[in-house]
Amino acid sequence: MNSADLQLNLHPVLPELLMVATAAVVMILDMFNRKGKAPTRALLPWVALVGVLVTAAASIWLIGQPVSSFQGMAINDARAQALNLVVLAGAALTVLLSIRYIPNVNRQTGEYYALILLVSTGMMAMGSATDLMALFLALETFSLGLYILAGLNRTDRRSNEAAMKYFLLGAFASAFFVYGAAYVYGATGSTRFDLIANALFDGQADPSLLAIGVTLLIAGFGFKVSLVPFHMWTPDVYQGSPTPVTAFMSVGTKAAAFAAFYRLFAFALPSEQATWGPVLGALAILTMTLGNLAALRQSSLKRLLAYSSIAHAGYILVGLATATSAGIDGALFYLISYAFMNMGAFAVIILLERQGEMDALGNRLNGLARRHPQVAMLMSIFMFSLAGVPPFAGFFGKFFVFAAAVSGGYSWLAAVAMLNSAIGAYYYLRIVVNMYFAEPTEETRIEPQQASIPLAFALGVSAVFTVALGVLPSLWTNLVQSGALNLVAMR
Amino acid sequence: MDFAMIFFILVGALSVGAAVGVVTSKIAVHSALFLLVHFATLAILYVTLNAQFLAAAQVIIYAGGIVILILFVIMLIGSGPMETRAAYRSWVPYAGLALGILMLAGVSLTLLQAPATPIDPEANQGGVPIVIGLTLYSQNILLVQLAAILLLVALIGALLLARRPKPEESPTSNLRS
Repeated sequence: MNSADLQLNLHPVLPELLMVATAAVVMILDMFNRKGKAPTRALLPWVALVGVLVTAAASIWLIGQPVSSFQGMAINDARAQALNLVVLAGAALTVLLSIRYIPNVNRQTGEYYALILLVSTGMMAMGSATDLMALFLALETFSLGLYILAGLNRTDRRSNEAAMKYFLLGAFASAFFVYGAAYVYGATGSTRFDLIANALFDGQADPSLLAIGVTLLIAGFGFKVSLVPFHMWTPDVYQGSPTPVTAFMSVGTKAAAFAAFYRLFAFALPSEQATWGPVLGALAILTMTLGNLAALRQSSLKRLLAYSSIAHAGYILVGLATATSAGIDGALFYLISYAFMNMGAFAVIILLERQGEMDALGNRLNGLARRHPQVAMLMSIFMFSLAGVPPFAGFFGKFFVFAAAVSGGYSWLAAVAMLNSAIGAYYYLRIVVNMYFAEPTEETRIEPQQASIPLAFALGVSAVFTVALGVLPSLWTNLVQSGALNLVAMR
Repeated sequence: MDFAMIFFILVGALSVGAAVGVVTSKIAVHSALFLLVHFATLAILYVTLNAQFLAAAQVIIYAGGIVILILFVIMLIGSGPMETRAAYRSWVPYAGLALGILMLAGVSLTLLQAPATPIDPEANQGGVPIVIGLTLYSQNILLVQLAAILLLVALIGALLLARRPKPEESPTSNLRS
């Protein structure tokens, strides 16, 4: 081995490098807080935010120049950058939601923002990893950070429970993943996706070992994106975690794990598509049906959004199951629109919470339109979008994914998914109806200390993007497809 | 019988003896110390196999890290002789013995059936630190960096969870329901 063999191109990991650097700056700045007054603590979220925005700019800049590097272990095609943007949008909004919220939960905000940045790094690395080992390390990086963030409120029993449950079940899921990766390595002789695909095309792989391995990998991923039957932890963890962390978890984890799902199946196992396509389709049906049916019965808003996030995981999986380019791009559009509408919905929940409570019951929304018409209007936008009503981003997310399913020969899947959207619309629209037509009660109020300018800003940004992506979906699709065209041109 | 063989038998016997000691010893601290001996002899065997890196990792991670961790746990939960001997009366140890013998048989069979092809010279020097270092820091540099970030996350997380909040810094008290 000499240095000429070293193919060290830092382009694919530039966004990750920027994020780690920002995390380091946040931690160093935090060091100056220890004595006396806190002169830098108030700066930390803004430093984190600037870092996230710079990284997003770098990601957009990189879209036009796809490169595979690190001996084929990472790739930065347009889809990797698109995923980065989803994660970064989630991280930026989370930082805005945290500025007022987190100091009440845990005073160690320096570590909190550093963890948010490093967890985002792990999620982004997952989207560009094209090797099972890199994938595993990225998965562990963000999982480990999220276990800790879930238990951030150390004096709250539910937060402790959430962290413990998430950690124990997550450790199991990781074990499944590693075990599956070992089997795939045993079957194909490589952990790199392109070499795995080559071994499969040449017919050198042991089919039974491969089947066991891929099943275990699906179980590992399924846990992270809370596919049924690996969803048990979701409502408890969503409810027990501090609300900004829940919001971040729901958006970022989904994006990262689905990106890795796509890489694994499209890059490593394209020859087996006839087998895994229907399996993923069946999982998608199970997931969205159970998620929607369970969401109908929830009174806690965070549990409602937890089951709703399970249902949305099912819709996104429809796009992956079809395995067409349209399906993948549809799933990516779904992820970015989900990031904005879901973040917005969680921001409204934060507004409705009482000091130190970390959850809100649905009846606090009754008659909200009369007391706080602006908040009710924003919440309606997010709910319409989550339900998939036309002028909002959520509609095009569903439209792209379901259309891809129909044209990809999965009409049955699209039919079930549409039926499920109808069930889902019931509980989203019920919230809107309650806000506008129910009588306000004692509970219907927003405590002033929950509201803050950064939170209002996050609400506004979420709403603007939810509407903008719904009116002009080409804003996003052009961005992703310009990169895709470049990729084709390069080959 | 050459010197290497005698050495292997001696160290191997010591290793197996220590392993038996781990299981049979009634005092937890003795078990931990037997485990230390076992790990050390394994490391010696790795050196004789030209796997110096593995030997160093064995000493640093297992003898240095895991055994210390076990000793910490023993220190925290008390180290008296085991009171309950329920496990010895049940079928559990026999099942464990049976599984162990099965595993040994499986490994031995695989080794005996393995074709006697000459070992790839490159694979044979796989345990030498310089080769491992070159592979690790060229082909697998991305993994090394990712692992570094993973450890950083673990470190920050431990700090966040373990540091006791100062009285004036404790979050609002109505969090406790």
